[in-house]
Amino acid sequence: MTATEERPIGFGRISRKEDPRFIRGRGNYLDDITLPGMLYGAILRSPFAHARIVSIDTSAAEAHPKVKAVITGETLAGLNLAWMPTLSSDVQAVLATDKVRFQGQEVAFVVAEDRYAARDALELIDVDYDPLPAVVDARRALDPDTAVVRDDLEGKTDNHIFDWESGDKASTDAVFADAEVVVSQDMLYPRVHPAPLETCGAVADMDPVTGKLTIYTTTQAPHAHRTIYALVAGLPEHKIRIVSPDIGGGFGNKVGIYPGYVCAVVGSIVSGKPVKWVEDRSENLMSTSFARDYHMHGEIAATRDGKIQAVRVHVIADHGAFNGTAQPTKFPAGFFHIFTGSYDLTAAHCSVTGVYTNKAPGGVAYACSFRVTEAVYLVERMVDGLAYELNIDPAQLRMQNLLRPEQFPYTCPTGWEYDSGDYPRTLRLAMQMAGYDELRQEQAENRQQFEKTGSGELVGIGLSFFTEAVGAGPRKHMDILGLGMADGAELRVHPTGKAVLRISVQTQGQGHETTFAQIVAEELGIPVEDIEVVHGDTDQTPFGLGTYGSRSTPVSGAATAVVARRVRDRARIVASAMLEVAPDDLEWEKGRFYVKGDPDMGKTMGEIALAAHSSLELPEGVEGHLDATCVYNPPNLTYPFGAYICVVDVDPGTGQVKVRRFVAVDDCGVRINPMIVEGQVHGGLADGVGMALMQVIAFDEDGNCLGGSFMDYLLPTSVECPSWELGETVTPSPHHPIGAKGVGESATVGSPAAVVNAVIDALKPFGVKHVDMPLIPANVWSATQGRPLRTDLAIT
Amino acid sequence: MQITVTVNDQPYTAEIEPRLLLVHFLRDHLGLTGTHWGCDTSNCGVCVVWLDGTPVKSCTVLAAMADGHEVRTVEGLETTAGLDPVQQGFVECHGLQCGFCTPGMMLTARWLLDHNPDPSEAEIREAISGQACRCTGYENIVRSIRWAAEHPRSEEVPA
Repeated sequence: MTATEERPIGFGRISRKEDPRFIRGRGNYLDDITLPGMLYGAILRSPFAHARIVSIDTSAAEAHPKVKAVITGETLAGLNLAWMPTLSSDVQAVLATDKVRFQGQEVAFVVAEDRYAARDALELIDVDYDPLPAVVDARRALDPDTAVVRDDLEGKTDNHIFDWESGDKASTDAVFADAEVVVSQDMLYPRVHPAPLETCGAVADMDPVTGKLTIYTTTQAPHAHRTIYALVAGLPEHKIRIVSPDIGGGFGNKVGIYPGYVCAVVGSIVSGKPVKWVEDRSENLMSTSFARDYHMHGEIAATRDGKIQAVRVHVIADHGAFNGTAQPTKFPAGFFHIFTGSYDLTAAHCSVTGVYTNKAPGGVAYACSFRVTEAVYLVERMVDGLAYELNIDPAQLRMQNLLRPEQFPYTCPTGWEYDSGDYPRTLRLAMQMAGYDELRQEQAENRQQFEKTGSGELVGIGLSFFTEAVGAGPRKHMDILGLGMADGAELRVHPTGKAVLRISVQTQGQGHETTFAQIVAEELGIPVEDIEVVHGDTDQTPFGLGTYGSRSTPVSGAATAVVARRVRDRARIVASAMLEVAPDDLEWEKGRFYVKGDPDMGKTMGEIALAAHSSLELPEGVEGHLDATCVYNPPNLTYPFGAYICVVDVDPGTGQVKVRRFVAVDDCGVRINPMIVEGQVHGGLADGVGMALMQVIAFDEDGNCLGGSFMDYLLPTSVECPSWELGETVTPSPHHPIGAKGVGESATVGSPAAVVNAVIDALKPFGVKHVDMPLIPANVWSATQGRPLRTDLAIT
Repeated sequence: MQITVTVNDQPYTAEIEPRLLLVHFLRDHLGLTGTHWGCDTSNCGVCVVWLDGTPVKSCTVLAAMADGHEVRTVEGLETTAGLDPVQQGFVECHGLQCGFCTPGMMLTARWLLDHNPDPSEAEIREAISGQACRCTGYENIVRSIRWAAEHPRSEEVPA
């Protein structure tokens, strides 16, 4: 398990280049940055979910001896900055002017000499609110008598955002009309929050002389941020530099631009000093991007002998007060329409209605691969519902309906072209690792015992088989705010054969400095330690859309392989001049070119790099040096998949769920660094346990957030997580240069359904068919009593 | 008020506000940014340091309470003898990803190993259960601590 290889060159299990600084406490996170003369910002937030602002009195705050500036929506309106565009082409208030639309919304910004004084001054601001009825239940947001959240939008008289559909409704309805068996289920994927341990923040530094604005900020997408700041603030883009330092976890929380960042910029412009703003934990949980909040009605049609024919689903999507979802423009419901899952369906259809409510904006922000999470949960719960109805083992039902290897590339009924897969092999491996048959045997005995005694714990076994679509994406189909989702890479090889790779994507713990160096090492035969990876600074790296949706390896990893091959092509020409043979007469072996038929006549990359910078006369095609650039526009997404099996022990007397075992077999194509891939899966599995069993951002009927601290928003710890049991199969992506697929979100996407399926399976003796997440003890116990609770809302 | 705190064997005297949190004293006054802040409510544990040899959450300790006491932070783990085995274990077993929880985790791990040199997996999990990690699912943190238990510094090997 440990990484010990000396001077590794290429793919494999090697320790990370990032680690030496982190284990010494020498990381450089946003809040570690201190600039000369730096001031501190703090945000006053709304205590109400929905209220008209009558007046704001900032005079007492301004009189505070350490306060340098107090900024309100009115100040910003004077600069035309009170509203900013969202990633879904809506607008969002930077600081509220007319009314507040969710609890925790930004109302005023104080700039002071230190962070304590800034907080003190917030207490001195007097805001007079006129409370309004809050829209909390998305299912009632379109009722005729409901308050209108977005009366700022001209002519807006309801809370409707969009209707969107995918698949063929007529053919799907026809299959359902003739189906032998139809199972339907209402289910909620509740609102959750990614909650990286480092909250969001920015240090804005406007140089009043040069006009250059440097923004150090917690961003997963520095280049996209730069362009958006240019568009929002009307600043020239070449005068904006975004620096993303070490990021203490992102998981999608750090994709968007938050009002606090804009306020820090304004604060720096107004004060002439650098301004730091870092949110506290409650601000993070209450105001920054949430995820999910999908109210789904799913139906599945099948034959009596278990052939799944069609799935259809209607969704009410709660987008909060501003439509700030970060996803490709053409897909307002993200990639939810991959809810056809891993099965060979005849037809499928979904319709999604997006609505405004008085809750924080966001929507795609928790390792969800643009809502593949909701899709996988939906279809995997429906398949289990069908198994229950037909009294077929859920593993057998899946095996019977999985796509077969010979069907790839496979186009699903909603249009996705799955690139490669061998699903039955992966499911078989998971079942073998879990000892599936023995577990079912144990469960049968456990149930007999329970029926006899009426006490004890119940064993539950849950499966989930997921297919993801990651690596957005082909630019003709995918853009964000008009920016195509291609990513650049630049590779320099210095005269002594050491290399510097510059990439557009931004690690938040995934280990890009290691894996991207490994890609170059694999392609050029240079040791990993001789390759420096530069990222996170828009002045130093090529344009690209950043890291989210598991896109770094599928897009930027491909760019890295391609740019390394371009360097190799140039090296071949230089080597041909050195060896005085034609380029075609050279053979490549890792790290050197040699003359065909004469392996001793060769030149290493180091020798070639030096020659490329020397006075050697170079043939046509190389002017000097080996450096290359590229932009990678992916031809398709990649489709990682996996089979997960969860074993739980449920105490029906208390509703307590213990995850006893979790077997996860992932197929993410070729693995660059298996150790890092496994780490990614481990983290996602913990997310799955968290979402399934404890994490929820709930609200009361007045729109008060009930998940505003870690005392209420429960994170899984080391004692709730089992020791994960991982397996792998490798089905390379046929269109990716190194055959890799993304993996960063696979486990987060795939695991919640396995945990929930396991708990529902355990509760079979009680006839329970479904319980909404999170499966906290109260929910589970109530389900055994036939009274399901809902923890997402206080509404009954 | 004036306080004197010994941090990683080095005494520091400073004029502070009485309400100053220890985490902010370490980070903002001493520049020891390896100790992180994460939640305000003592739940996440990224701010864990040792106070007189015991792990505490420095976001809920006043700097004033450390006056006259000894604090050890992540910056004090490495010595002239090299990395602490816990630090090496985290590298060997991929016990960190984003690195934000890592300093606190390592300090708790060192404390555990000082009191229980050969902890079981369950004992390790219990020891770190007051600290959150969002990246690793804890698996490799547990393995890292086990690695450290199996690779003690020579002077730590029981006679």
